[in-house]
Amino acid sequence: MRTVLRYLKPYWLDIVFIVVLLFIQANADLSLPDYLSRIVNVGIQQNGIEANLPAVMQKSTFEALGRLFQMEAKPEDFLALQKVYVEVLPDSPQAQSLSKKWPLAKKEPVMMLSSKNKAELDVARAIFLSEYPKLAAFLQFSSMAAGKVSPSPQMSKSGLSGLSSMTPQELSAQIEALDPLIKSQIVVLGLQGEFTALGADINAMQSSYILRVGIQMLLITLIAVGSAVLVGFLGSRLSAGTSRDLRNAVFSKVEEFSLAEFDSFSTASLITRSTNDINHIQMLIMMSTRMLFYAPIIGIGGVIRALSKASGMWWIIAMAVGVLLGIVGLVFALVVPKFRIVQKLVDKLNLVVRENLSGMMVIRAFNMQDHEAKRFDKANRDLTSMMLYVTRAMVVLMPLMTIIMNVVSISIIWVGSHEVAVGSIRVGDMMAFMQYSMQIFFAFLMMSAMFILFPRASVSAERIAEVLNKEVSIRDPEKPIHLSKPVRGEIEFHHVDFKYPGAQENVLEDINFIAKPGTMTAIIGTTGSGKSTLVSLIPRFYDVTGGQILLDGIDIRNLPLAELRSQIGFVPQKSMLFSGDIEENIRYGKEDALESEIMKALEVSQIMNLVEESPEGLKRPISQGGMNVSGGQRQRLAIARALVRKAPIYIFDDSFSAIDYKTDRAIRSALKKYAADSVIFLVTQRVAPIRNAEQIIVLYEGQIVGIGIHEQLMKTCEVYRDIALSQLKQEELV
Amino acid sequence: MNNNERQEQLNNSSAFHETQMQRRPGAKPVRPGRRALMAGEKSRDFKGTMKKLIAYLGPYHWPILCVMILAIVSTILAILGPKVLGNATTALFEGVVKKLTRTGDIDFAKIKTILLTVLVLYVSSSILQYLQGWVLSGIAVKITYSFRKDILAKINRMPFKAFDNTNHGEILSRITNDVDVVNQTLTQTISQMIHSIMTIIGVFVMMLTISWQMTIVALVTIPLSLIVVRVIVKRSQKYFRIQQEYLGHVNGHIEEIFSSHIVVKAYGGEERAIQTFNELNSTLYQSAWKSHFLSSIMMPLMNFVGNIGYVAVAVSGGWLAAKKMVTVGDIQAFLQYVRQFTQPIVQIANISNVLQQTAAAAERIFDFLASEEEKDVSIEMGQKGALVEIPESIKGKVEFRHVCFGYLPDQPIIKDFSATILPGQKVAIVGPTGAGKTTLVKLLMRFYDPDSGEILVDDIPIRSLPRSLVRSWFGMVLQDTWLFSGTVKENIAYGKRDATEAEIVEAAKAAHVDHFVRALPEGYNLEINEETTNISQGQMQLLTIARAMLAQPPMLILDEATSNVDTHTELLIQRAMGLLMQGRTSFVIAHRLSTIRDADLILVMDHGDIVEQGTHEELLNKGGFYAELYNSQFDQNGEDRLAISASSF
Repeated sequence: MRTVLRYLKPYWLDIVFIVVLLFIQANADLSLPDYLSRIVNVGIQQNGIEANLPAVMQKSTFEALGRLFQMEAKPEDFLALQKVYVEVLPDSPQAQSLSKKWPLAKKEPVMMLSSKNKAELDVARAIFLSEYPKLAAFLQFSSMAAGKVSPSPQMSKSGLSGLSSMTPQELSAQIEALDPLIKSQIVVLGLQGEFTALGADINAMQSSYILRVGIQMLLITLIAVGSAVLVGFLGSRLSAGTSRDLRNAVFSKVEEFSLAEFDSFSTASLITRSTNDINHIQMLIMMSTRMLFYAPIIGIGGVIRALSKASGMWWIIAMAVGVLLGIVGLVFALVVPKFRIVQKLVDKLNLVVRENLSGMMVIRAFNMQDHEAKRFDKANRDLTSMMLYVTRAMVVLMPLMTIIMNVVSISIIWVGSHEVAVGSIRVGDMMAFMQYSMQIFFAFLMMSAMFILFPRASVSAERIAEVLNKEVSIRDPEKPIHLSKPVRGEIEFHHVDFKYPGAQENVLEDINFIAKPGTMTAIIGTTGSGKSTLVSLIPRFYDVTGGQILLDGIDIRNLPLAELRSQIGFVPQKSMLFSGDIEENIRYGKEDALESEIMKALEVSQIMNLVEESPEGLKRPISQGGMNVSGGQRQRLAIARALVRKAPIYIFDDSFSAIDYKTDRAIRSALKKYAADSVIFLVTQRVAPIRNAEQIIVLYEGQIVGIGIHEQLMKTCEVYRDIALSQLKQEELV
Repeated sequence: MNNNERQEQLNNSSAFHETQMQRRPGAKPVRPGRRALMAGEKSRDFKGTMKKLIAYLGPYHWPILCVMILAIVSTILAILGPKVLGNATTALFEGVVKKLTRTGDIDFAKIKTILLTVLVLYVSSSILQYLQGWVLSGIAVKITYSFRKDILAKINRMPFKAFDNTNHGEILSRITNDVDVVNQTLTQTISQMIHSIMTIIGVFVMMLTISWQMTIVALVTIPLSLIVVRVIVKRSQKYFRIQQEYLGHVNGHIEEIFSSHIVVKAYGGEERAIQTFNELNSTLYQSAWKSHFLSSIMMPLMNFVGNIGYVAVAVSGGWLAAKKMVTVGDIQAFLQYVRQFTQPIVQIANISNVLQQTAAAAERIFDFLASEEEKDVSIEMGQKGALVEIPESIKGKVEFRHVCFGYLPDQPIIKDFSATILPGQKVAIVGPTGAGKTTLVKLLMRFYDPDSGEILVDDIPIRSLPRSLVRSWFGMVLQDTWLFSGTVKENIAYGKRDATEAEIVEAAKAAHVDHFVRALPEGYNLEINEETTNISQGQMQLLTIARAMLAQPPMLILDEATSNVDTHTELLIQRAMGLLMQGRTSFVIAHRLSTIRDADLILVMDHGDIVEQGTHEELLNKGGFYAELYNSQFDQNGEDRLAISASSF
């Protein structure tokens, strides 16, 4: 994991930004419920009037307050109020501007909130909120008595209308004992009357309040959206960028691999590592940017806010989260191992289908369609029932989550209502607590989802790291020696041993021979005798484990790899072509080849007819792997690709196997002229094509058991004679 | 309460679908939430395909109806929940006021009743939701199962012709990816769709019952949401398509370069490969981040639009409340419903996209299932009353009468070929690689039928016989030795399922394979699979010879090519084949001089056509193509093969 995480380093600044932005977004998200409830509670229920110091009040009201304070012998409290209000007389210019909203200001003196001092205001607000309800109740009572107004519905709801029999002292004591929430309701009501008296348009006030809070809410949303968009921007660049870098790193690394490292992974596994595994990492990073940091911030923020509202109910959240984690854990403990089984069953199903496709001929020849259908049916049934199990287990998650959440809301109301009954919290706090507990719940849900993603990605990360950390065994020498021009191409094997990495025994042992320019060295032997391994040592696909190989007298390990390999025209056992066209494929051997050189190479390889027959000529398209030409054509194109190099050394690793006899012979005789001065290595299992070779090396279990020309070997080498006799009839061997 | 919305958000971004992805590794990562944002494939005939798909669902109409009812009921219950829960808070609030004024107390009994009602509502909604998922997943896996079954059965009924131009990967993708897409639509999209539609309808109705004026205000934001969805979806689809395309290019390049590692190394192509890779990779990066970015901003933007709607409704609600047209409690309820409106709209807006993809996948499946099948002419003839009597055993006389055939209608490759082969005779088919030697075999076994002319076995035209019968007369040993995953024993007994253990061992002994099989770790019970490495190419061929030995067919088709076989095994194969051919009419695709010389008839093929026929001596004396082929071999090198051939069927 650490190896892969290193690739995040160049993006550290983006990551810091993402975390900061997520913090902003989380805070915005957490404060949204507050705005929502203000729109409902204040904006709609209280006509947009907040329980607060009013901006303006009638002088008579202010004076009534003064009398109230006097009655309660709290003159210093009245002073605090007087500090923040100034009187505005009807003729003053201020009255003019006030009158737009409060028309009464033009007729009567009013008190206007003028202080900007926060401490003063806070003191005044507290005093006002505790005293004003009493006044409001008196006023309501007296106006009712005067028959001016009927009790407002809210007033009667709070039961205050039944207070007419009380003395003012009793009333004030009663109000003192009220719940702050009810008190603020009374404030709002009183202010409503006050504002009406001042001639204000209550409806307009309400609309403007809702609009104001609404716009604030939209601004907060805008901040949240803005940060989310920015996080999305940075996050997608981060994840796509990291995976791009990783992909580049893995690809370049694999390109450095010699065959030894390459063999230690399978080709298929290397392909998966550089595609699927990197995609998993990309997905994880993408998810992390959205959830890994966001969820804890929301979770912690939610807990803090929730506890500030109602600390007594923390155990409900704790229980919900516990149950949530338990269920998620249980479901995934049940399901994740099954996913692996499902994976295997899918593979099995695909295997049967593949076999049915590739073995179609045999199946029909033996009339085994029914048997195959049964075989497939078994695989299909196994997969189906496992899938059913897994799907049903996964389907249970959503309803369960919904139930948990709803049970949480219900229990909060139930427990909360008892807490409200004993007066430890208010109804509004309970509602807020509910909102926050939902947010906490989701934070944990997101986090548990992350933990499901994580193990898979970490397996992928390990697989990628394995490639990246693989030591490349064959590199350019530190102090390279250069070949002297012209390169003759003489190859000498000097007591060469070779053992595959990790193997117990040598594949090749004490190989000694010299291949001279202008000669053909044939290497023959049974399967597994080490023929291909021997020639793959020459271009340093592997390094010898003992002895040395010399090119023109220089140990090939002292030559730069590129210089060594550019001397060799290599035709591998499996002729692999690249997608593109014929010309591109031939040019792969020599990028700056002239057209005449390409033509010549094609001619020698006896593949000109393919070029001539196709309307596109040299531009005839070749599909990936060369699947749109026949096996024989593929081999001949691979030969042409090697020949165009005009290299001093040619290696043909069993590369004539799909070419028919006539063509084979034609190629070999043309080659003799074309590469008259080159060293040619020819690996083969057949005796006939090499009967005229200048040097035949017979390999048996990794050792040279015979070296010489055909006639000599027929007499002296038993292994060679056995091979030859099994292929040719005695009389034809003369 | 915006649980609903949050759930969906989680749905879109959570790992739940990630984990579901694991079950189809070959498939493109298709996540339901994401799917809508991906490149939209278009089906040719959307309506027709959907009809077929619905017809395919036909047998499940009761369960599906049941799912729909469940979905409707559970959604209604879920919509009712918040409203009833609101009553509990109101009761609590009233109770608090009463308590304070000493006119009463909190009515816990009432609250309890309400809460219990809500609990019942929610729990039953969830249970119904799960039941719905339970039934749907049952249907979906059954459909998936039968789709797969039908596809495989179809594969084995299609004529060979159909596979000339189709690669196996495409068919595999039909059986995995396409079937999966349909499956997913059934399990997830359908219930999501019902839920969304029901929520919209339910919420809409609830809204209307509260105030039509506010409903209008609420609906004003819908076009805005749709525009946001459309704009984003359109753009992100473009980038998803490019991303998909370049992901394909990048993977293709990786595959090509890695599988040609030795060539790249030999020719110093590393730098070039890396350069090409970097270019592809950068383009991939550009489209990848853009597509991911666009899909990531969908939810925040929708939330913003949703909040605009919320504020608009609140303002209008306040205004209406002032005019006493709605009550405060109603506005409160209304606002809750507004919050539930956004998510289903996004889903509905995307449904057409999802359905299009489903239709495209389903169409490919249906097209495949509807493609032409191998027709047994005999059955047609039987209907005409001309069915010949099916022989109980045959002697093995084969006659070609003026046979003409071509893979493509205007390119005949076998022109007017006639020959008679007597029972027990050996026919050698020779010719250079790609000369079409296997075509004759394919005609004989009725993998293909001649365009004109007739092939007769024991004087019965094989066209009038069931294919399976004709094929049962031939034993086949191919060069592309073909073994199934299964034990060695099962593979030998492939041609004769009821063979006894003793018979199997006897056949194996005759094919010189018994000794080698016994040396294997588990002997005859060794599982052969793709990773099996301890059985060589030659040994595999011996196993297929044993298979033919066991089946004891009256006629044989053999392919001699043994290019990668060591000398000892080759000798064994020659001997086993010789034994197998004794007394049987045999067609040998020959590469060995001895075989050819001993043949009763040599058919010389070139460029798909039979250019000469006769015995070895006849053909040599004729001095034609065969003579040239033969002589070119011995004038200089004396090589014993006419063609080193990697020809395959």
